[in-house]
Amino acid sequence: MQAVLILTVGILYAAGIYMMMRRSIVKLIIGLGLLGHAANLLIFTAGGLRRGAPAFIDPDQSAAALAQIADPIPQALILTAIVIGFGVQAFSIVLIRRVYQVNGNDDLKHMRSTDELGSNP
Amino acid sequence: MTLLAVLSPFALAIVAPWLQRRLDRAAGWLLAALPAVLFIGFLNFALRHPAESHVFSWPWIPSLQIQLSFLLDGLSLLFALMITGIGALVLIYSGGYLAGHPHLGRFYVYLLMFMGSMLGVVLSNNVLSLFVFWELTSFSSYLLIGFYHDRQASRAAALQALLVTGAGGLALLAGVILLAFAGGSWELSELLARGDLVRGHPLLHATLVLILLGAFTKSAQFPFHFWLPAAMEAPAPVSTYLHSATMVKAGVYLLARLHPILGAAPRWQLYVGGCGALTMLVGAGLALLQVDIKRQLAYTTVSVLGALTFLLGLGGETAVTGAILYVLVHSLYKGALFLVGGNVDHAVDSRDVTRLRGLRRAMPITFVAALLAGLSMAGLPPFVGFISKELIYEALHAHDLSLLLAAVAVAANGCMFVVALLIGVRIFVGPPAATPREPHEAPPSMWLGPLALASLGLIFGLVPGLIEGRLIAPAVAAVGQLPATPAPHLALWHGFTPMLLLSAVTIAAGLLVFLGWDFLRARLNRLAPLGRLGPARWYEWVLQGVLGFAHLQTRILQSGSLPVYIATLIVVIILLVGGTLLEQVQIVRLANWNDIRFHELCIILTMMMAILTLVTTNSRLTAIAALGVVGYCVSLIFVLFGAPDLAITQFCIETLSVVLFVLVLYKLPRFQVFSRWPTRLAEAAIAVAFGLVVIGLMTLGMESDLGSPISEFYAANSYLQAHGRNIVNVILVDFRGVDTMGEITVLAIGALGVLALLKLRLDRDRPGKESS
Repeated sequence: MQAVLILTVGILYAAGIYMMMRRSIVKLIIGLGLLGHAANLLIFTAGGLRRGAPAFIDPDQSAAALAQIADPIPQALILTAIVIGFGVQAFSIVLIRRVYQVNGNDDLKHMRSTDELGSNP
Repeated sequence: MTLLAVLSPFALAIVAPWLQRRLDRAAGWLLAALPAVLFIGFLNFALRHPAESHVFSWPWIPSLQIQLSFLLDGLSLLFALMITGIGALVLIYSGGYLAGHPHLGRFYVYLLMFMGSMLGVVLSNNVLSLFVFWELTSFSSYLLIGFYHDRQASRAAALQALLVTGAGGLALLAGVILLAFAGGSWELSELLARGDLVRGHPLLHATLVLILLGAFTKSAQFPFHFWLPAAMEAPAPVSTYLHSATMVKAGVYLLARLHPILGAAPRWQLYVGGCGALTMLVGAGLALLQVDIKRQLAYTTVSVLGALTFLLGLGGETAVTGAILYVLVHSLYKGALFLVGGNVDHAVDSRDVTRLRGLRRAMPITFVAALLAGLSMAGLPPFVGFISKELIYEALHAHDLSLLLAAVAVAANGCMFVVALLIGVRIFVGPPAATPREPHEAPPSMWLGPLALASLGLIFGLVPGLIEGRLIAPAVAAVGQLPATPAPHLALWHGFTPMLLLSAVTIAAGLLVFLGWDFLRARLNRLAPLGRLGPARWYEWVLQGVLGFAHLQTRILQSGSLPVYIATLIVVIILLVGGTLLEQVQIVRLANWNDIRFHELCIILTMMMAILTLVTTNSRLTAIAALGVVGYCVSLIFVLFGAPDLAITQFCIETLSVVLFVLVLYKLPRFQVFSRWPTRLAEAAIAVAFGLVVIGLMTLGMESDLGSPISEFYAANSYLQAHGRNIVNVILVDFRGVDTMGEITVLAIGALGVLALLKLRLDRDRPGKESS
């Protein structure tokens, strides 16, 4: 399964980078979202995969039980990344709306400098 | 004492504007007290310790064996006396010349800053501190030339001077570092004793050229001379102080200082002597073409700097004595004449030699100063200028050089004679001519300086013994490293010698040109278009070239296009990481291809299809839905591999994102295809290559298991210390609780930003804008 996930991460990265290189700012943000998924899955896969063994611990279990459960640290990292990623995405979505109101389209070529903002129909 | 002398002008500069506001007219006189006291201190030292060299040092960067040290010997004392003495007179003069100017306080700051830096240059024993002070003089010169900053010409001249001398300064830095490495010391006093070591070093030629570049740019040698006439945009006191008496002589000082080390280097005579002779002739010739008093004086200054350089290039006791005496003589008469020029400009608002006549009656004291200084400059007895000119001819004679060099010296001195009479005599005699303003005598603060400097020229001429033993001989000894030789006897009368004949020829030729000057100038001005090919134009070309290159590389590197930036970044990563990966090519066994369950494969395939849709669709809504599908699939993977917390979070967040996307962007039109297909293909290739690099990197990374001791700690302590069974939760809210707190803060700030953007109404803030 690891091999499949590695392949998936590669495809997610490729798709994310491709979308980020589009001139449409909406696609740029979609690309950012894909890149976020890719990075999360990368950390997750690198942390080691264990089917159906969440990082729970019984009160009577000792540290030796760690071998049977998933590694909690990558999960904690990813949880933070998901939430922050959402913050970035929400902010950029509203930003696109504003850009569209001012610029009339979402072509990045028309956003080279702040001086030009609003000067294009 | 030396450290105090160098630092005190800087300290005074800090309070100068305040003093100026409180005292107004008296401020110049009060500020002049400091250089006057320093002057007396240096004079006292010179009289008590003639021909001795003293080193004073303080630790500066002990770890690098670099000290802040100062060297007091004949040479540095002579310069220090000129800097403080003329500095005092110039400060007094400035109070009168710029009276009522709103930025007079600032002017004092710049001038005092310069004074401290210049003292630092001539007193430094450490070559690095010499360089630092050297650059500080360039910097204060920049501020002073651009003092009338509302004039475009001033700003351009200031920048030009800064760029030319600053570029030379960088060459000098490289030069002194090479010098220090070759000689094995940062101290001039030690380097002076190790001349053989430096001259034997393989990089001697580079050292020489770099140091000469620094000296030549500073001292306005051809072809770098053009910045000096342009610098005449500065107020008269600045032209007097920086651009004739002291700063432009810093290059000459450096040549003199390093003469014992580099004077015997193979190409010294060729470079220094040749450049000096050329500059002497070019400067003198161009001076004749000018009609502006200050520009005439500036070009003669260029010529004199050329002569000084030439004499130091020539070497030998007579030539060095001639150079040292000329440094002093020139500062006296040229300083006085620049101040006279300032007085005339101040009184009648004109500096045109062809228009000014008969100022004698209205400005008697200025006339006396101009006459005394002019006759000294013309090289007539009994002024000290005559003695100095004789010495130059004697140096030529002693060297038995060709007739050509004698002709060059006579021609340059002849031009000097003409300019001296034009400014010292012609504008003051005859019937008064109409001027923009009615002429009037300058206030005492403004005639004190020129009169004092010009009178010294006469006094030293009549009694050369005053300066010979105490000032000139120690300086010559320092330059020539000649401990016990008696200096040539300075005197007005040497008997009938070849030098006297050359003097007579000079005066006769000069008189002839002076009488026919108007006629000659009109003829010579026809050659003016040739001047457009001169070094000033080269400077423009270089500057335009640099700016053009900057524009070009900015256009290429800073295209302003995000896709290009991303593509550049990604391609660099592909090349660097991918290249390294290829180097470590090995057959990596992709583990557990069999270990795939059917439902897992279904999730992955769903995700692939969603990605494919996402990349190809033209509909915004479809794209958003596809992104949602990808997110849900990721969340399912989390569920399957033991991360229920991640799955729940991802699920909630993905739902929220899709809702937000749809709400906000629903009204936007369909995607347009902006780019053409070759671009898309190239970008797709880059993206795929990057995906492959990631796959390679991950495959390689999976091979190594570093273990996770931190995880073990959390697993062992999460129940015992934090009483929680879900380790991930415990980490987030307990062990790393402060981090989570920071994360929540970031989200809150983000939410505030979203709210602000939604509420912001640009149209209302900008009434001129049409609302769409």
